[in-house]
Amino acid sequence: MSVETLVEQMKSGLDAPICLTWELTYACNLECVHCLSSSGRRDPRELTTDQCLAVLDELRELQVFYINIGGGEPMVRRDFFEIIEHAVSNGIGVKFSTNGAFIDAANARRLAAMDYLDIQISLDGVDAATNDPVRGEGSWRTAITAMDNLRDAGFGQFKISVVVTRHNVDQLDGFKALADSYGAQLRVTRLRPAGRGADTWHELHPTNAQQRQIYEWLLRHGENVLTGDSFFHLNALGESLPGLNMCGAGRVVNLIDPIGDVYACPFVIHDDFKAGNVLEEGGFTRVWRESDLFLSLREPQSAGACASCGAFDACQGGCMAAKFFTGLPLDGPDPECVGGDGEKLLSSVAVSLAPRPSQDHSKPARTRIPVKAGGGN
Amino acid sequence: MPATLESACSLHPQVAIRPEPFGALAYHYGNRRLVFLRHPDVVRVIESLAGHASLRDALVANGIEERRWPSFVRAIDSLTASEIINVS
Repeated sequence: MSVETLVEQMKSGLDAPICLTWELTYACNLECVHCLSSSGRRDPRELTTDQCLAVLDELRELQVFYINIGGGEPMVRRDFFEIIEHAVSNGIGVKFSTNGAFIDAANARRLAAMDYLDIQISLDGVDAATNDPVRGEGSWRTAITAMDNLRDAGFGQFKISVVVTRHNVDQLDGFKALADSYGAQLRVTRLRPAGRGADTWHELHPTNAQQRQIYEWLLRHGENVLTGDSFFHLNALGESLPGLNMCGAGRVVNLIDPIGDVYACPFVIHDDFKAGNVLEEGGFTRVWRESDLFLSLREPQSAGACASCGAFDACQGGCMAAKFFTGLPLDGPDPECVGGDGEKLLSSVAVSLAPRPSQDHSKPARTRIPVKAGGGN
Repeated sequence: MPATLESACSLHPQVAIRPEPFGALAYHYGNRRLVFLRHPDVVRVIESLAGHASLRDALVANGIEERRWPSFVRAIDSLTASEIINVS
């Protein structure tokens, strides 16, 4: 069977996801300006420990080999270790994303003692001056401390996960050197206009010239750098980057959010892309296999306005979530289309008309004028 | 070591196989590699390797026509690169 046919088969769906992301909580100690899930405050409907363990038992039955755990900050949950230990002991490998705030020396040793566990430390600048405006004051130092602790605990190869923005794109070599210095693996992913990122994308996303810069850098380093296959829209520039050249939403990937809602991918937390909830009858399995949304995403998708473009086979029209949250039609160019077609369309979309994320767990705005306590003095 | 018809082959103990419409997914928990097994016949042969002294025996036992054997040798050989299958 050729690779082409395999991709076609994957587009029509698998019996279970390959790459399942599970955001364990909306609670977070940080307030990154591009947070995909608009995290900050815990949702009172958050799945209980028992509900989480039941979901894991279901994923074991489905033979989901590994899951990507995120948040919010997943280590905020008091049952974090119980959940990941249950996963691993049931044959479900865990990769979790963290800002590192809870990886002190003791936790680093506990993590280092576990099998089938991968850790991604999020970092968006090689220095605090680049990182902290995006991820928050002190967050660079926090991440570095966590990395030091993992190294000292003998964790082995962890990952440094970078969201590429127009401010850190020139630091790709620096990130690689930093990862190498820890014996870590570098992961770079695409900035999506999802969650709070919908508000900051226009200022943060790489320029068209920088897109080419990312593409050429990935061509040089592709085999040693992880990307989550997130840059396939750049394939329109020429030779294909390594990885599956397709949108996996509802086909090979999906998201379970902290309250058990199942979305097509981690970047589309919006009612239009919500397929069901793990607590409903039939559980996650039924949502994955039978929900109307996922079945429709597995139908052949129209190339729409891109049908006449010679690059469509290479870029597949780009990322569904990026189009959706910038107000572009789903059957047209990606907002970062390297041919410039998305940019042209964007200028005709009033920002206020683009869809808003359906969930917002951001902490209350700090810009409010503090109310002074009333009284005498 | 390249795989041949005479190789004694075995599935790596850290590998799990999940059936899919196109064949199966094989996942190696040790090196985290995910591999697509693109034909149900390949999956059957791989799952029976442990019970046979050589790849040839496994092919015969699964009723695979001889003209298809070279493609199976290539498939098994490519799986040794990702350590999904061990050859001795």
